[in-house]
Amino acid sequence: MIQLISFYIFASIVIAAAAMVIFARNPVHSVLWLIVAFFNAAGLMVLIGAEFIAMLLVIVYVGAVAVLFLFVVMMLDIDFAELRAGFVKNVPLGILLAVVLVAELVLGIGAYQAGAVKLGTPGAGGATVSATVPNIEAIGGLLYSKYVFLFETAGLILLVAMVGAIVLTHRRSHGTRGQNISSQVQRRPEDATRNVNQPVGQGIEL
Amino acid sequence: MIGIEHYLVVSSILFVMGVLGIFLNRKNVIIILMAIELILLAVNINLVAFSVFLGDLTGQIFAMFVLTVAAGEAAIGLAILVIYFRGRGTIAVDDVNRMKG
Repeated sequence: MIQLISFYIFASIVIAAAAMVIFARNPVHSVLWLIVAFFNAAGLMVLIGAEFIAMLLVIVYVGAVAVLFLFVVMMLDIDFAELRAGFVKNVPLGILLAVVLVAELVLGIGAYQAGAVKLGTPGAGGATVSATVPNIEAIGGLLYSKYVFLFETAGLILLVAMVGAIVLTHRRSHGTRGQNISSQVQRRPEDATRNVNQPVGQGIEL
Repeated sequence: MIGIEHYLVVSSILFVMGVLGIFLNRKNVIIILMAIELILLAVNINLVAFSVFLGDLTGQIFAMFVLTVAAGEAAIGLAILVIYFRGRGTIAVDDVNRMKG
């Protein structure tokens, strides 16, 4: 019973938050609703025992992506009222498209429920879920053995994304005095310092 | 009893919300990027649900990679948005085709 109640709570909040994301007037509110949606989607995943993905969703999306969105929304000085000008004009087409898509998906799910769809045997690749091994342990064991190259490729993708974002947005600032490494390395002790045999009791001229 | 159909319905509604968001906010790139995140979230819910209900962990591994790509896509997309705003002073995507070449 409690599973059903929590499922319906999470599901209704995630859908309502998604609606608020696309209908909110202020993009800052959109980002905040997006965070609500991700938290409740994580709840949905915890409910069926996929807690690692759920925590990853919270950490990556709420901790990184949503904060990135917030920074960009607040950094750019944008007239959002002007951007909403075509909103009402696009509503009929958008609703029509949404209805068509929902109909297609309902058709697909209905056909799946009708049975006679031949699916492969689950866990054919040796990745079956065990009742005794915790979710995180099982994912770790699989990720670092069978999928280790894919895992490293994912890291490479993140590196490329990071370098790309920095190259795109970096602005060389003029008027600041940066470090000149070659002149720094070429500097020798004999050019920079001198020894003087200073008589006692006299001032020194530099 | 919660079946896989419950999760499929939730994720399909989320998916359609994302597509609708792209259509409704055609000028505002930030909302479009958020709608894409919603679509990817729907995909992830689908992958995890099938993974759990079929008893095969591969789906969860795949969901992790989708998450990785989504994070990279958001970073690159927002970087492009920032430089577009610097050059234009607006983020309306209607006149992006003026960028020819």
